[in-house]
Amino acid sequence: MWRYLGPAAAFLVLGALFAFALVRIQNGTLDVREIKSPLIGKAAPLFTLPLVTDPKQSFDTRTMAGKAYIVNVWGTWCPACREEHDSLLQLARTTGVPFIGIDWKDDGAMAQQYLAQLGNPYQQVVADADGRIAIDWGVYGAPETFLVSSAGIVLAKHAGALTEAVWAEKFAPLLGTGARQ
Amino acid sequence: MIAPRRWIVLLAALLLSAAAGAIDTEAAFADAARQARYEHLTNELRCLVCQNQTIADSNAGLAGDLRREVKEMIAAGKSDNDIKHFLTARYGDFVLYDPPLTPRTLLLWAAPALLVLITVGAAARVILRRSKAPIDADPEETV
Repeated sequence: MWRYLGPAAAFLVLGALFAFALVRIQNGTLDVREIKSPLIGKAAPLFTLPLVTDPKQSFDTRTMAGKAYIVNVWGTWCPACREEHDSLLQLARTTGVPFIGIDWKDDGAMAQQYLAQLGNPYQQVVADADGRIAIDWGVYGAPETFLVSSAGIVLAKHAGALTEAVWAEKFAPLLGTGARQ
Repeated sequence: MIAPRRWIVLLAALLLSAAAGAIDTEAAFADAARQARYEHLTNELRCLVCQNQTIADSNAGLAGDLRREVKEMIAAGKSDNDIKHFLTARYGDFVLYDPPLTPRTLLLWAAPALLVLITVGAAARVILRRSKAPIDADPEETV
């Protein structure tokens, strides 16, 4: 009897595990490509980069000391960035958290045109032309969004399009407590 | 039928084609020792965009940027450990094809030994049971 029930039970357990993972991939709660960022809980990488809107001027993250802020990595070449753009505009307006944009390996003129056409959600938007700052932030795709606390600590990261739902689930709970520390 | 000599040519072509997998069209360093380190490191580091390729094999933009970082760090006299540390601090252990032994990877490293133990245990049980059973009782022996 057990000779048949054993393998059958093992098969069912495995099948249930696979089905569980597939359902979670399907409804978006499991991203198999997601890499957990080792930066979370650590000091946010500092950078000084030229502004997309005026390359002669630059922006330094040190000017954000004492404020919680968002770092959003994007590019005009990135379809998911276009997808999240309206959400960014909305969130930048309603949450009051300043958005810092990093335009990753992009054409400056195209980025300016993109922002002029679709609206600019960023308090400051800088150009990372050779991708070095993106490497410091452990970026492996666009868009990626980081929440930095007022103490300069990375609290959370989201890979993929940022939506109001993602904000409410991942970022908003941290803003109440950690961001003001 | 292909003549034996043709087989050798074909085999050689297939074996040598492995070297053509790398994306770099020219050597990163003129110095052979540094070039060897560069090739070793880029073949040990995972491209985070196309997650089943090394940064030596991938033509993704990020892989190119990471090859540039590795090259610059070797040129700056950094050790292999410094370079790996630079990358794991940013991308985590996932960037290494040879993950270090940590509590999280313990099961991964122990899995081959555990599988051997389970297999040997199961085989021993079957052999012992069969050796104790009378020959007549074995259904495969009876006709």
